[in-house]
Amino acid sequence: MTRATDAARRPPVLSGLDPAWSRLVTAPDADGVDRTWHLLDNGVSPTIGTLLCVHGNPTWSYLWRRFIAQALPGWRVVAVDQLGMGWSERTTPRTLAQRVDDLCSLTDALGITGPVVTLAHDWGGPISLGWALEHHDQLRAVVLTNTAVHQPSDTAGPALIRLAHAPGVRPTSCVATPTFVRATTALSRPPLPRAVRDAFAAPYGSAARRQAVGDFVADIPFDPRHPSAPRLDDIAERLTELADVPALLLWGPRDPVFSDVYLRDLRKRLPHADVHRYEGASHLVTEDAPQASTHVWQWLSDLVDARDSREHAGDASDRPPARPTALNDGSLATEGSAGSLPSDQPLWSALCDRATDPATAIVELGGRGRRVTFAQLEATVADLAAGLASAGVQPGHRVALLVPPGADLTAAVYACWRVGASVVVADAGLGVSRMGRALRGAAPDHVIGIAKGLLLARAARVPGQLIAAGPLDRATMALVGASDSLADLARRGRSSGRPTLPPPPGDDAEMAVLFTSGATGPPKGVVYRQRQLRAQLAALRSTYRLTSEDRLVAAFAPFALYGPALGLASAVPDMEVTAPGTLTATALADAVSAIDGTVVFASPAALRNVVATAHELTVDHRRALAGVRLLMSAGAPVPASLLRQMTALLPAAEAHTPYGMTECLPVADISLTEIEALTTDDGVCVGHPVAGVTVNISALDADGRAVGALVSTPGVTGEVCVSAAHLKDRYDQLWATERASRRNPGWHRTGDVGHLDHDGRLWVEGRLVHVVTGPDGPVTPVAPEQRVESLPQVAMAAVVGVGPTATQQTAVVVVRSGTAPPGEARDGLADPDLSAAVRATAGVPVAAVLVTRELPVDIRHASKIDRARVSAWATKALAGGRVGRP
Amino acid sequence: MKVLVTGASGMLGRQTALALATRGDDVTVLQRHPSGLPLREVLADVADRDAMSYAARGQDAVVHLAAKVNVTGRWADYERANVQGTASVVQACRAAGVSRLVHVSSPSVAHAGAALVGVGAEAADPPRARGHYARSKAYAEQIALGADGDALAVVAIRPHLVWGPGDTQLVGRLVERARSGRLPIIGSGAALIDSTYVTNAVDALVAALDRCRQAHGEALVVSNGEPRPVGELIADICRAGGAPVPTRHLPYPAAALAGALVDAVWATRLALPFNGSPGDPPLTRFLAEQLSTAHWFDQRRTRELLGWSPAVTLEQGLAELAASLRVT
Repeated sequence: MTRATDAARRPPVLSGLDPAWSRLVTAPDADGVDRTWHLLDNGVSPTIGTLLCVHGNPTWSYLWRRFIAQALPGWRVVAVDQLGMGWSERTTPRTLAQRVDDLCSLTDALGITGPVVTLAHDWGGPISLGWALEHHDQLRAVVLTNTAVHQPSDTAGPALIRLAHAPGVRPTSCVATPTFVRATTALSRPPLPRAVRDAFAAPYGSAARRQAVGDFVADIPFDPRHPSAPRLDDIAERLTELADVPALLLWGPRDPVFSDVYLRDLRKRLPHADVHRYEGASHLVTEDAPQASTHVWQWLSDLVDARDSREHAGDASDRPPARPTALNDGSLATEGSAGSLPSDQPLWSALCDRATDPATAIVELGGRGRRVTFAQLEATVADLAAGLASAGVQPGHRVALLVPPGADLTAAVYACWRVGASVVVADAGLGVSRMGRALRGAAPDHVIGIAKGLLLARAARVPGQLIAAGPLDRATMALVGASDSLADLARRGRSSGRPTLPPPPGDDAEMAVLFTSGATGPPKGVVYRQRQLRAQLAALRSTYRLTSEDRLVAAFAPFALYGPALGLASAVPDMEVTAPGTLTATALADAVSAIDGTVVFASPAALRNVVATAHELTVDHRRALAGVRLLMSAGAPVPASLLRQMTALLPAAEAHTPYGMTECLPVADISLTEIEALTTDDGVCVGHPVAGVTVNISALDADGRAVGALVSTPGVTGEVCVSAAHLKDRYDQLWATERASRRNPGWHRTGDVGHLDHDGRLWVEGRLVHVVTGPDGPVTPVAPEQRVESLPQVAMAAVVGVGPTATQQTAVVVVRSGTAPPGEARDGLADPDLSAAVRATAGVPVAAVLVTRELPVDIRHASKIDRARVSAWATKALAGGRVGRP
Repeated sequence: MKVLVTGASGMLGRQTALALATRGDDVTVLQRHPSGLPLREVLADVADRDAMSYAARGQDAVVHLAAKVNVTGRWADYERANVQGTASVVQACRAAGVSRLVHVSSPSVAHAGAALVGVGAEAADPPRARGHYARSKAYAEQIALGADGDALAVVAIRPHLVWGPGDTQLVGRLVERARSGRLPIIGSGAALIDSTYVTNAVDALVAALDRCRQAHGEALVVSNGEPRPVGELIADICRAGGAPVPTRHLPYPAAALAGALVDAVWATRLALPFNGSPGDPPLTRFLAEQLSTAHWFDQRRTRELLGWSPAVTLEQGLAELAASLRVT
C-alpha cells in the first residue's frame, strides 16, 4: 500500500531549477511493478543525442541543473531521480541490479532510442555504466564524475562510507537525522550557497523520505558476500567492452569519499579516457567546479565535430574512434615500441657513446663531493635500469623523483628512461603542500626519494612503490615504507647480469611530467614525449652552440639533468637547491674550476647573491671563472644591470637570458650586448625567437580577451602564442586547460602578453590575467611599472586593475625606496607629491597611487609580483575598506 | 527646438539653459527666483501644477533639474519639491504634448550605503536609499521613467558630484569648511570617488535631449570617468579654491557615529519652532558614508546611448576652477 507521502511529486521552486524541466513518468520497475519517477527533461527532440544523467546518494537530479541550462542545440537532457530518491516514488530497498534494470525500463518508457551519452556521479556511476553496457549499440560516450566501480585492494574503502555503513550508525546518520544528506553538501569547497544546500536537502525532509538514503548506503558491497557484489564486479570487469566508446572523467581530488585512488582505478579500466582534475574541488565536483558543465558540452561538441569531419573525409572505417584530444594516459606510451624503431637515437645515446670514457661526467660540490666519470655513470644507469625493471618498473610507468640534483638524480632519470618509464619532477620551490598535491595528482607508480622526499610522499598520500635514494639506513627505510634503495637495485641489476631491457621507447613514449610554478593557480603537470625532449635538446644545442667540449655548471635544477643527454660534463655547485639565493661566488667558482666549466646556468636570484659575495673570490677563483664562455640566466626577469655585474666576474662570457616556460623552453633569447643596444619600447625585450620557434600574437579586444587571429605584425599587443617542435605534448589530466591552450591547432597560448617589434624581437608586457581592462582599452602592466620604477623614490611598483572587468580603473602600488614623508600611511594612500610623480611618469591614466611596505612575490624567484593579490588588496582599500597589507 | 529648463538658478541648470540657447534652441527657464539669465523666464514652483502646465505649453522638450538638494531638512519639504515637483512636471508634459523629458536624477537613488565599484545604473530603490534627498529623488525618478512611452520619451540622467566654477553646493561647501578647519578626511581617504566637471554634465544633458528617442526609458549615470581617492580629490578642490588642504583624519566609525548624532540633533532642531532653518550641519551620516566609500561607475552604456564622452578632464577642470576663483 503506497502512502501519500511516498508518491512521486514535483519539486517546489528552487534556486537554478526551471519548473518547466520537471516531469513525472510512470514505468515498470525491475520487478514489473509500475513506479512513478520524477525527472528533469528539457523536452528537446534530439537531433544529435540524449545526455542521460544519473545522480548518486544522497543527491538528486538537481545536481545536473547547469547541464540542462547549458545544453547545446540538438541535445535532449534527461536527469532522473532514482526510485526512492529525490522526488520519485518511495519504494522498498533496491539492489544495484534492480536499479540498473529500473533505469533500462525507464528509458524504454521515455522512448530514448537514438545516441546516448551517460553522465553520472557517485554511486550513480555503476548504475549508469550498467545501463551503458546494456545499450552498447546506442552508447555514444560516457562521462563519470567522482565515482567508483571497484574497491582497489590496497585501500580499506571510503572511510566515511564505511562509517555510515556500520550497523547502528547508518540508521541514525542516514535516515533518522539528515546528517548524511547535509554532510554531503557540506563537503563542498568553496562552501555552497545556502539556497543550493537547501535545494539538495529539499526532498529528504523527514525520516520516511530519507529511507532510501540509508538503503542505498546498505547496498554498497564492501564484502564479496554482499548481494550486490557480483553485479558491481560484473560491471567493473566488463568496462573493457567500452574501449571504443569515448570517455571523460571529471574529478574533484579533495573528495574524502572517492579519492584519486578511484580515479586511478577507472583510468586503468578506461585507459583511453580524457581526464580533467579540478584541483581544490571536492566530492560534488560539478558544484565546486561549475565550469564542468561547460567542459562537458565542449567535449561533446568536439566529439560531434570529430565524427563529422571523419565522415566528410569519407573513409571512416579504418580510422581510430574519434577522440576530442590527444591520448591521455601514460599507459599508452609503449605504443611506439611495438612497431618500428624510432627514426632517431634514444635520448640517452650521447651517454652510451661515452660508455668507456674515463672523463668526468658529474661533479657534486656539496655533501659527499662525488666525482663520476662517463663510464661509471653509464654503468650505473645500466645496472640501475636492470634493477628498476626487476623491482617492477615497466614501460609506461611514471616514476616521481624527489632527489636533489647530482649523480644519484641523473642516474635515476636515465635509468627510468632506459626501462621506458617517465619521470615526474616537481620543484621544491612549489612549497611542500602544493608539491604533495601535484605529485599525488600525477599518480606515479613509483617514487624514488631521499628520506625527506619519501616522508613528504607518504604525508601527501602520493601513490606508488617507494624506493630510497642516497644513504638511508634500514630502520628509516622501514619507517617510511621504502622497499628498496637505489644502491640495492643497482647491485641487484649488476648481479643479475643485466637482463634484457625492454626495447628503447619510441618517439611517442611519455618521458617526463614537469610542473609549472603555479604563479596563477595550482601547479599544472606538463607532459613531454621523447620526440619533444629530443627537439628541446636540439634547440638548446643549436641556440647556444653547445659541443662535447663544453662543460656545464648548472645552478638551476632542471638543466643539471641535461648534461649527459647533451654529452656534456656537468657540475652542481654547493648550494641549497630549493633556495637559489644561497649560491655564493666562491661556490660557483669552485664548481667551475672542478670541471673547467665553460657554461654557467643560474637563476637571477642565484646571480644576485654571487655578485653580493664576489669580494670573497681568490685569485684562483677568478682565474677559473675567466674560462667561462657563456652565462645563461632564466626563470624570472633578469635585469641588464645584473648581467653586467656578472660579466665583470666572467670576463670571457657572453651573457644570455633565454625566455620560455615549463611548456616550451627556450622560446626566445637575448644577449646582454643586444639588450644594451635596444631602444626603449613597452615591456621587457626577450629577444628573437630561437631557431625552430615561431612566435605569433593574438590581439586583445577591449575587454582584454585574446581573441585576435594569430599574427606576426609588429606593434600588435596580445597573447604570446608559440609553435615549436619542443612544445609540451599536453597538460596532465587537465583536458579543459589543454583544450584552451591549444585553441589554435599546433600553437600554445602562453598566458603572457606582449608584442613583436620591427626587427622580429618579442617584448613581454605581463600576464594576460593581469591586464587592466579599462573603458579606454586594455593596459598591460610591465611597461608602466618600468616607467614608475625609474623614479628615484620608487623601489618597486605594481600596476593593477580595480573594479569589474572592462570598466576597471588603474591603480599603481608602490614600495618606496627612501623614507616616507611624515603623515603618509605605511600601507595606504601615497603622499600627494609621490602620486603626482607617478601619474606624470606612468604613461597611462592612473586613478590612485598607493604605497605599501612590501609587495607579495613568488616563492621560487622572489621577483614575480603576485598582481592578483595586489589587485584584491587595492580594490578593498580603494572601496573605502580597512587598509591592511597586500 | 523649444525647450523648458526647470531649476535654472543652480550651476548645472543655468549652464544647460545657456548651452541650449547658444546653439539656437528657444529656451524658457522656470524657477522660483529670478535667474538673471537673458532668457524667457517663468517664476514658479515646479510643484505648482497650474504654473507648470502654463510653462510647458508649446514646448517640444523639458529638462527638469529643479530639486531640493540640501543634506538636511524635513521629509515633507523634500517630498514636495522632488516627488510632487516631478509629478507636476510629468503631468504638464503630458497635458501639453511635450515629446521629450530629460529628468535629472542622482546616483544616490540606487545607493544603499555599500561601496559602488564600477557599477552601472541600477534601478532606483526608494526604501533602501539613504536619507531624505536620495529617497525623494528615487521616487521622483520612478515617476519620471514611469511616464515614458510613445508620446513622451523620458531619459533619467544621473550626474555624479557635479562641480565647477560658480558651484555653491560641492565646491563652495568644501572650501568654506576647509577654511574654517571643519573638513576632516574620513577613514583612510583612499575611497575612489568619481565626479563630473560641470560642462561635461551639460554636454550629457544636451546629448540626452537630442538622443531622447534612442535612450528613452533608461537611467544613465554621468561622470568624468576619472575616479580619485577622496582625500586627493578634496585636496585638489581645496587647492584650486585657495583653501588649506585638510590634514585631520577621522576614523570612519567615529565619523559615522558623529554623523548619526548630528542627524538626531538636527532632526530635533528642525522639529522645534525656530525661526528659519538651522542651516547645514557639520557632518551627517549620509555625508560620512559618501566621503568614505567608493563611488564610481561603469559608463559604457551611457557613452554608447548618448554618443557622449567627457570633453574636459579632471585636471583641466581643476585648472578652470582655480582660474575662475582667482578672477572673482
